Amino acid sequence: MNHGSLELAGWIAVAVVLVSLAIPWFLWGVETTAAGLPVWLWWHVGWMLLASVVFRLFADRAWGIGIETGDGTDGDSDHTERGVESR
Amino acid sequence: MSVALQVGIIVGYLILALLVGVYAYRLTDRTAEDFYLASRTLGTVVLLFTTFATLLSAFTFFAGPNIAYANGPEWILVMGLMDGIVFAILWYVIGYKQWLLGRQYGYVTVGEMLGDRFGSRYLRGLVAGVSLLWLFPYVMLQQVGAGTALEALTEGAIPYSVGAGLITLFMIVYVVLAGMRGIAWTDTLQGAFMLVMTWVALLWVLVAIGGPSAATATLADSAETAGFLSLGGDFYTPQWMLSTAITIGFGVALFPQVNQRFFAAGSRKVLKRSLALWPILCVLLFVPAFMLGSWAAGLELSVPAGDNVLPVILAEYTPTWLAALVIAGAMAAMMSSSDSMLLSGSSYFTRDLYRPFIDGSISDHREDLIARVGVVLFATAAFVASLYNPATLFEIGDAAFSGFAQLALPLMVALYWRGTTRAGITAGIAASQTFYLASLFTAIFPATYAGWTPGVVGMAIGLALTVGVSLVTTPATDERRARYFEGVGGD
Repeated sequence: MNHGSLELAGWIAVAVVLVSLAIPWFLWGVETTAAGLPVWLWWHVGWMLLASVVFRLFADRAWGIGIETGDGTDGDSDHTERGVESR
Repeated sequence: MSVALQVGIIVGYLILALLVGVYAYRLTDRTAEDFYLASRTLGTVVLLFTTFATLLSAFTFFAGPNIAYANGPEWILVMGLMDGIVFAILWYVIGYKQWLLGRQYGYVTVGEMLGDRFGSRYLRGLVAGVSLLWLFPYVMLQQVGAGTALEALTEGAIPYSVGAGLITLFMIVYVVLAGMRGIAWTDTLQGAFMLVMTWVALLWVLVAIGGPSAATATLADSAETAGFLSLGGDFYTPQWMLSTAITIGFGVALFPQVNQRFFAAGSRKVLKRSLALWPILCVLLFVPAFMLGSWAAGLELSVPAGDNVLPVILAEYTPTWLAALVIAGAMAAMMSSSDSMLLSGSSYFTRDLYRPFIDGSISDHREDLIARVGVVLFATAAFVASLYNPATLFEIGDAAFSGFAQLALPLMVALYWRGTTRAGITAGIAASQTFYLASLFTAIFPATYAGWTPGVVGMAIGLALTVGVSLVTTPATDERRARYFEGVGGD
């Protein structure tokens, strides 16, 4: 496994975790509330904020991974960050 | 006062939308690509809000709070997972790749993209045909909804058929004039308006009932709603929550009016920024809209059977003008989804059915004209259907998300696996559609599979067949196997 596919596997794992815990299964049946809302709803709100940060990081650092084959020249000025590692 | 005010607000919105449409018309190129995709130039805010407003329409405003009212606030988690996370990931996995390919080869529809890669106009026609099958009744449902809402709003002064007819006529004029650019602009106003109004309504109601803790306490006090605060229950089983989130999340990505927006982004930067903002936007709308629905269950409100809970709670706790604004916003949201669907439906028909099968030699200018005629035909046909409101169409419209979800996995296999063959993807699409339609309309297949819905099972069948048949068949000579894999992302 080269560096690029390792990185790709890492991001896939991140996506799986994001999907898996958007609903806090470990709080199943819990009815505790905090500040008027169930704690599991607070978890979900926090998780969505985290997802936003993760998507932001992904867009900055790994955008193009698994998709761009990059055998052309890149004309987009916002797209120079993605190096050869995924290619 | 209330009726006049609500009608006034809706008329005001229509006039505003029309002005935006006329302005957008003056900027268009009179080409099909400009009409469908605003020449691929949408910026971050416009793309984000047009997708948002298109995706989250009357369903979010009326059906969502109703579900939370009847069953508890877990619906927020289901919608958050499907839209905020699953759809966001597909935004990259399907959307970004489609955007790159669309820019490279000039694709306007997903059927065109697949037909080109697999060298098959029949595959292209199949994808468009299947999409129109699910889209048509869904458009009809919006007209039914608009007609019913107008009738209720004016206390019968505008009968159902006249209301639905007026809305249809307005949408035709508007879509034919404005095209994608105008629709995207009004959607942006719409999305922002929805968001702000929902929060104002929430705060108003909370002040009236003594804050969130007091509201939640009333839920815990009543035997009927005591279960609302604990995660899960008889209605919200893990299988049901996941099935719903998966089928709707994947289905949304293949809904023509959403899928086509993947082609319309102006640049990579637009796609990147939209992705990061997406989950926040979702949670900002879902939490207030559905908590209002849930809290309503603990208050002593009488919601007549078949009525929506949101108007009832607003009428009880907020001033008339505010309730009118929120309801008018929801009506307009219904229309803003319908106009996008009309535009996309027309483009699927023109590009994937008319051009390949009837007359392939038409000029770009002529295609633009046919597309506008297509809008008129599509909307009129849906309107006529809405007058009869046949039960079969109603069921199809209701099942549309799962129907579109059946297309997602064969598409993803084709986008990421070079070994996909024409026979494989055709088998995957045809079999999963047949299975799902049969599950809806016949008793051949069971209604659930250990709690999982036929929609999810159909997706698995589509995936298995696309991969399996591809493995045992060889590609046809006119397939372009490298189409999705070489030079992607290069300019």
